[in-house]
Amino acid sequence: MTTAQPKPRLTNAAREALTCYLFLLPWGIGFLAFVIGPVVASFVLGFMDYEIVTPARWVGLANYIELFTDDQRFGMSMGNTLYYVLVFVPFHVIIATLLALLLNQKARGIAVYRTLFYVPSIVPIVAGAILWVWILQPEWGLINSTLRMVGIEGPLWLASLTWSKPALILMALWGSGAAMIIVLAGLQGVPQHLYEAAEIDGANRWQRFQHVTIPMLSPTLFFILVLSVIASFQVFTTAYVMTGGGPAESTLFYMLYLYRRAFVLLDMGYAASMAWILFVAVLALTLIQFKLASRWVYYEVEQS
Amino acid sequence: MLRDQAVGPQPTREIHPGARGQPLRRLLELIGTQLLLVLGAIVFALPFVWMVSTSLKADRQIFAFPPIWVPDPFIWGNFPAVFIYAPMHLYFFNTLLIALAHVFGAVFTCSLAAYGFARLRAPGRDLIFMVMVSQMMIPYIVMLVPLYLLFAELEWIDTFYPLTIPAMLGTPFYIFMLRQFFLTIPMELEEAAIIDGASRLRIWWTIILPLAKPALATVAIFSFMFAWNDFTGPLIFLNSREKFTLSLGLQAFMFERRTMWGPLMAASTMMIMPILIVFFLAQKHFIQGIALTGIKA
Repeated sequence: MTTAQPKPRLTNAAREALTCYLFLLPWGIGFLAFVIGPVVASFVLGFMDYEIVTPARWVGLANYIELFTDDQRFGMSMGNTLYYVLVFVPFHVIIATLLALLLNQKARGIAVYRTLFYVPSIVPIVAGAILWVWILQPEWGLINSTLRMVGIEGPLWLASLTWSKPALILMALWGSGAAMIIVLAGLQGVPQHLYEAAEIDGANRWQRFQHVTIPMLSPTLFFILVLSVIASFQVFTTAYVMTGGGPAESTLFYMLYLYRRAFVLLDMGYAASMAWILFVAVLALTLIQFKLASRWVYYEVEQS
Repeated sequence: MLRDQAVGPQPTREIHPGARGQPLRRLLELIGTQLLLVLGAIVFALPFVWMVSTSLKADRQIFAFPPIWVPDPFIWGNFPAVFIYAPMHLYFFNTLLIALAHVFGAVFTCSLAAYGFARLRAPGRDLIFMVMVSQMMIPYIVMLVPLYLLFAELEWIDTFYPLTIPAMLGTPFYIFMLRQFFLTIPMELEEAAIIDGASRLRIWWTIILPLAKPALATVAIFSFMFAWNDFTGPLIFLNSREKFTLSLGLQAFMFERRTMWGPLMAASTMMIMPILIVFFLAQKHFIQGIALTGIKA
């Protein structure tokens, strides 16, 4: 019996490992075929000239050189995207936090308010975009009608060079509810005894907010910040549906330009190099944020 | 009315002794909170009211100043009118088909992989898990161009395969969420079955899946909503109108009839309604989804 035991045990472990690999297999196939394969292919394509109808041709760094030295739309679409990110992200984080703080109060009907604030964030983006084209419509839309009632003539919004980007940002901010729920979960995770201790030490409301709420909430805020930077760099659908990149390309965001290069002009190599630039840019920004995080994000484990 | 509501919770608060400030100040604070909540609710809800109101109005009331909130009379004609310009029933069916494939992938394939990651020991498993987690950080666009070329090679363009097959093979985000949940299931529940010689597949099917119903419901809803709302995928991989999804069909409808606001708002309402119904039926699963991502402060 003692001599027989090791053998089945070994096969048991081997069998378990084999089962594990089999369970992971469907995802593994998808990962190789639809993720890693394409990522590598896209990197290689970035060094090629490939317009589908003609055979692919190796051009080295030519795509990248053209992008950085010769392509005005590249710089402009990147500028538009940076504008969007720099305005949207702070507002997004602040609005989500303010709404969550409001919902964290003890007041009547909190559940109803939570639902109302959250629901816009789950609206299908195309349906939401069409609704907002109507809301922003200069003559009969809700916003300008309301402004006119108090004697203000509103801007042309989506048809205005100055207001097209703020209009898209406004619409996106309507969907801040998802981030709000995350902040709310973070707020409710702050241990009550910390507030009580601060109160005993004579801290007033603002001091408790500043020295208890903010540090305890900082990991949640950091999480939202990182995610919304990544997501807003890839803004596409609202611009595609609502403005088509106009007027005068003022909403030609990076993804929209990339889409045009790839699927309208069929300039696959060029588009692949653009995709990699975006990837590297977003990755670098995320790493920088992680680097800066140690200055303001408070993690309990580090302290003990 | 507002004041009554605001006074309500006060007595329970007063039980705690200590620096609470004067009652008047607290009362003002509570009223202020209520006011801000009401104001916020109006800002967030008005677009919906405006949408439904427009969908039920005749043109002369749609184009009116000052804006009319309650249609007079109520016009239902905008809803059937949508079908003249956009075969919504077809789009609806196509979208549903694709969404069901996503739900299948999330519930079966992802939970299978999640069970492997959570329970089965294998060399390199944790490394594979790390690779999967980092997969979540790659922007979709990086894969999109080669994916298009691959699907063109397979003659999958203008079919549902590009929108269903990858999803049916599993999505890292859902695998991650389900693994988090499986780790909380006590090991003892499986041990008896293992001793009885049940296969792992059987344990996954008869023990784990029933126990994981709440988590499965959450990933099912998330994947359904993703597929229902997706625009980029259908835009790139579908061409012919009879294969369009709701997102794509609605976009085409607006592109062609930019001023038909009554029917457009009716169409938007029809697209949003199923999502709202799913939300109200399963609210707690949405909140749970956030807990499952494991980012609670």
